[in-house]
Amino acid sequence: MALLALKEQLNVLLNSMFAEGLLDQQFQQLQMLQDGSSPGFVAEVITLFCEDSERILTELSKLLEQQVVDYQKVDAYVHQLKGSSASVGAQNVKLACAQFRQFYEENNKEGCIRALNVVKHEFYRVRNKFDNMFQLEQRIQAYDAKQQN
Amino acid sequence: MKSLGIAGLLCRLRQAFLKLLRWVLLRMARNGILSSSSDGSRVAQCDGCRRWKGRLMLLCILGGVLASIWLFSGFRECQSWVRKEKVRDLWEERAQVLLEQFNLSKDQLQALGWLLSSSERVPSACIETSVSVRGREICGGLSSVLKAICSEGNQSGGEQDWVRNNAVLQGHCPVQDKCIQLKPIDASPQNKYMPDTIQQDIRSSSMKKDLMHVKECENMSQAGKSVNSLKKYQEQVWEIPLGILWWILLGMFVFFKGFSIGRLWKSSNQQTHQTKHLPPPNSKSGGKWRKKILLLGVLLGILVSIWIFLSMKADIIARRKETIANMCDERARMLQDQFNVSMNHVHALAILVSTFHHMKNPSAIDQKTFAEYTARTAFERPLTSGVAYALKVLHSQREQFEQQHGWKIKKMETEDHSPVQDDYNSEMLDPSPVQDEYAPVIFSQETVSHIVSVDMMSGKEDRDNILRARSTGKGVLTSPFNLLKSNHLGVVLTFAVYNSDFPIATPEERIEATIGYLGASFDVPSLVEKLLQQLASKQTIVVNVYDTTNSSAPIRMYGPEATNSSYLHISNVDFGDPMRKHEMHCRFKHEPSLPWAAITTSLGVAVIVLLVSHIFYAALNRIEKVEDDYHKMRELKVRAEAADVAKSQFLATVSHEIRTPMNGVLGMLQMLMDTELDATQQDFAMTAQASGKALITLINEVLDQAKIESGRLELEAVPFDVRDVLDNVLSLFSDKAQVKGIELAVYVSDQVPDVLVGDPGRLRQIITNLVGNSVKFTEEGHIYISVHLVEEMKRSFNINNRVSNETSEVPKNSADTSYNTLSGFQVIDRWKSLENFRMFKSSTEDSNAVNLLVTVEDTGVGIPEDAQRRIFTPFMQADSSTSRKYGGTGIGLSISKCLVDLMRGEIGFVSRSGIGSTFSFTATFTAGRKNTGDIKRCHSDPQVSDFQGMRALIIDGRSIRAEVTKYHLQRLGVQADIAINPETALTAILEACSPSGTRKLDMVLVDKEAWGEGSGLAFPCLLVDVRQSGTIKPHQSNPKMFLLATSLGPSEVDDSKSVGYTDSIRKPLRLSMMAACFRKALGIGSTRQQVKGQPVALRTLLRGRQILVVDDNAVNRKVAAGALKKFGAIVTCADCGKDAIAMLQPPHKFDACFMDVQMPEMDGFEATRQIRCIESKINERIKTGDATAEMYGHVAHWHIPVLAMTADVIQATHEECLRCGMDDYVSKPFEEEKLYSAVAHFFESDMADSGL
Repeated sequence: MALLALKEQLNVLLNSMFAEGLLDQQFQQLQMLQDGSSPGFVAEVITLFCEDSERILTELSKLLEQQVVDYQKVDAYVHQLKGSSASVGAQNVKLACAQFRQFYEENNKEGCIRALNVVKHEFYRVRNKFDNMFQLEQRIQAYDAKQQN
Repeated sequence: MKSLGIAGLLCRLRQAFLKLLRWVLLRMARNGILSSSSDGSRVAQCDGCRRWKGRLMLLCILGGVLASIWLFSGFRECQSWVRKEKVRDLWEERAQVLLEQFNLSKDQLQALGWLLSSSERVPSACIETSVSVRGREICGGLSSVLKAICSEGNQSGGEQDWVRNNAVLQGHCPVQDKCIQLKPIDASPQNKYMPDTIQQDIRSSSMKKDLMHVKECENMSQAGKSVNSLKKYQEQVWEIPLGILWWILLGMFVFFKGFSIGRLWKSSNQQTHQTKHLPPPNSKSGGKWRKKILLLGVLLGILVSIWIFLSMKADIIARRKETIANMCDERARMLQDQFNVSMNHVHALAILVSTFHHMKNPSAIDQKTFAEYTARTAFERPLTSGVAYALKVLHSQREQFEQQHGWKIKKMETEDHSPVQDDYNSEMLDPSPVQDEYAPVIFSQETVSHIVSVDMMSGKEDRDNILRARSTGKGVLTSPFNLLKSNHLGVVLTFAVYNSDFPIATPEERIEATIGYLGASFDVPSLVEKLLQQLASKQTIVVNVYDTTNSSAPIRMYGPEATNSSYLHISNVDFGDPMRKHEMHCRFKHEPSLPWAAITTSLGVAVIVLLVSHIFYAALNRIEKVEDDYHKMRELKVRAEAADVAKSQFLATVSHEIRTPMNGVLGMLQMLMDTELDATQQDFAMTAQASGKALITLINEVLDQAKIESGRLELEAVPFDVRDVLDNVLSLFSDKAQVKGIELAVYVSDQVPDVLVGDPGRLRQIITNLVGNSVKFTEEGHIYISVHLVEEMKRSFNINNRVSNETSEVPKNSADTSYNTLSGFQVIDRWKSLENFRMFKSSTEDSNAVNLLVTVEDTGVGIPEDAQRRIFTPFMQADSSTSRKYGGTGIGLSISKCLVDLMRGEIGFVSRSGIGSTFSFTATFTAGRKNTGDIKRCHSDPQVSDFQGMRALIIDGRSIRAEVTKYHLQRLGVQADIAINPETALTAILEACSPSGTRKLDMVLVDKEAWGEGSGLAFPCLLVDVRQSGTIKPHQSNPKMFLLATSLGPSEVDDSKSVGYTDSIRKPLRLSMMAACFRKALGIGSTRQQVKGQPVALRTLLRGRQILVVDDNAVNRKVAAGALKKFGAIVTCADCGKDAIAMLQPPHKFDACFMDVQMPEMDGFEATRQIRCIESKINERIKTGDATAEMYGHVAHWHIPVLAMTADVIQATHEECLRCGMDDYVSKPFEEEKLYSAVAHFFESDMADSGL
């Protein structure tokens, strides 16, 4: 029963994430890619995404703290972040990146800092959810293992 | 008088002209205001009109200038005329004065003559002598005066009078001379010394007079000279402002010209630099600068006018001063003269008394004689009111004197000598008190008889006078005092009478020699009055005469109180008494009238300046306004252009953005339709998909339009096969055509090269547009697409022109009522649409260029005449009902036109309502080499070699249709013959079937409607009939029979099969379709055809494939790899372009490469370019034999499919991908369908090869 409850919880979580716009269908595609041959694929990808994004965000923060902002670097980072977020289906992060892009194209430093904050906010939000999700999944797997045993 | 009248008339005329001039200027100014205030509508007035107006205005100005010059010169003439008048007045005045003087002298002469006659009783040589001497002197003096005047030689009407007078005088003189000659000796002893003094006196006096005359003459001449110089000065004064005026006019002209030239230059400058946006402040500052100059000009003009006014006024004042000085001096001199004359007379009287009273014993004169003489000669002393003679009596002689005369010496009660009241009685006066000496009056004129016996020494004034007179020996004057009777101011002149006739040196001796005194009282006011009355213009000036002996308190002798303080001129008057000083003050009676000439001139100048400046101002305002407008317009233009570009960009962007989700929608719909749906749902889904496709098409069109407008559309240059392109187009419309029952056919001339270099996509787009339209508007008949070379057509065009101008209509088939066209319907002559093509008129030199002429002919509704002009305008359709009836946006043709333009071609059409339309366009490509191998095929290339060497017979009643079929067969390598009628067809078949026949037939293609409805279907029956008649042996191999049909019902298919046709081919004919059909029928390569078109699952396509994924983004890489792995591919990853290049260095094991476009260091495009570069090098080496294929993994031709991965649809356009050598692109993140469609293209053929 607990397993069912956990699965239900996971479903609710995912649904809420979709509903909130944190995730889009790309995530579903990702889930579809995960099958028996690659059981931890989604988790792998998401972890990769989270680590990568965290690194990018720190780099961006550093860049924007400087007196003279190197917008080309900012562009490269944001592009990367946008690409990866699109790949995992983190819709809000992707949109925030698109917003960010507008600002650095205008060379608007303040706007960039604001946009970075938005991106960070969105990223942490989605990461928290992902964390929750992973925890649930782990517990489900644990139950699975227990049951199998 | 006449000249005066004319001059006056001229003056008036000029005034009238001045008024006219003012009016004209006013009109001009008002015009300026009007035109400046008029709005834009008036700007649009005709140019020529304005030019005419301008010329008129110029003429007006010129006229005005000339008129003003004339006016000014006239004014000058007027002035000189006025001056002449004045001079004449002056002369006349002088003449009068001279006349007066002369008359006076004449009078004197007459008086003397009378004296002479009166003293005949007392003959005396002395008198005669003295008189004669005097007369002579006067005579001489006069003649000298005359001489002086004559020597002046001037005009003056009085000259003749003078000469006459002279003659009279000279006539008079000799008589006197005779008198003198008569008694010279008698007189000399007696008057030994007396006459000398007298003579001397007379001479001196006359000499003085003479001198004075001469002086006067000199004065006059000087005056004349001064008048002359004045004239000159005035001329100069006039010349200066005139010159200035000229300069101003010249300056204005130059300014205006320069201004206009500058503007011209500026405008031309602006024209040449139209694109360069001139900053508006520049022009504004220019306008300000101009306005400042104008203001300066106005100020200058006003200053000039003020200066003119001031100078003219000063000139007038100077002239006035000079006039008054002249007049005053003249008057003073005359007064002096008159006074001197009177004084001389008194002197003469004194001498008379001395001569006849003292030197005669007994005295020749008593009171009665004296009174009578004086009364009768009073006219000679017009100014004296009376004369009296007093004797010097010492106190010692008083007694004797009183006894001798019988009266006592009386004391003067009052100090006046004038005639007193009637009751005045000298008897009542007191006797004079005892004094040292007395001066009792013994003789007196009748008027002053009351002073006889009065002691003159008793009056203070008289005493001083007497004392002074006897000590100086000259006439002395008292200070002025009131004369009793006339109540006028008067002076008393006193002469001393001496008893010695020799000159006396010292005053003491003179006092000693004094024996008596002669006094005369002068009435100064009447003197001056008289004098002034003789002169002209006495009304205009006020004359005052002052005694200024005591300079601190001058005594007024004549004239009114000095009231006004206007300018006055002071002339000294010498009355012959050095002790006394007299002055004459003259001033004008009236204040000078306003200097109208100066005011009008200066005002005129000011008005002209103001008007001209107003005109300039209006012009400047207008120029400024126009410039402002111009700048505004330009700004608006720039903004409009920017907005247009922005619109295009917006459209392009938005279209992209819409296209992406729309693709999703369509894909989903496709998927939905693949699921199990009931009929209604299927219908809904299909409708939705159709709508979506329509929308996508529209969006694509809009996008193209926007791209073309924003100039971002570039044509690619890739080798392609035009026949493939056309097959492709046909395949698009085959369904529609079949449904509608329209015949759709393509014919490409065999002169068109197989491989062309150009943009196949765009060419296809154009043809698709045209054919799409044709399909849309055609309900029955045919659509015929033909492709020729322009040169080829040109030749036949010329022939056609020459041969069948009159038979330009496609000749009718005599057999049936149809035309010799594809479907038998009437078509428009396409030549007409070609007539205007540039390519047909000029030949292109570029030998490598291939000029294609594509014609799309239909038998549709046609385009109405009125809509034909706007057919290529975007979003324009023939009429609004079109879109309702047929749909569409009307953008296709305009895009087509743009594309044709880009291909350096032309598009044209000819259409007639109800008959159809024919669109033609030309496009220039370059010929490509056939063996490039890189030809981008729209379809997989069917193996045409399968049918090489086969023979076919086409049986069709319509030659054009038969030609089309032949063309397709030829492409397959099949040799084809055409049989137009059944007989020839049968003989041909029979001949082929006969064993001896060399011409073996592999296939026979019969059109379903070869000779009319269903005739094709019935053809095998004929053959069967012939066979049954036994000519053909049935066992012999018959050629395969194919039926060509536009539409074929299922029953008809069965029919055809039963009749003997091997298969039926549905038109439109396409290479691939025909090939498939033939293969099936002839049993060659059938497997190939079966594979084609059947969807292969992505999993099967990708299974076991070695795929390289290149992406710098780890997450993306992972996802892509995951997706590909899922479909069974073996994925290798690379995280940058360099690694990828290294890994793809041949020989390698990869089947495909997915390349991210945007990567740091080296992006996907660059990486692909390098990969292709390496590959081509290796290929070259293998080909040339430098390297063997074994070295590179037994692959003869290296070409790894590279697919771009991109998230950005806009950035990574298809063209860009292809340009870098990429084969296709997939959008990130992967979607199954897209991935499949991309991958399938490359792996399908391999699959086929591997026998799947």
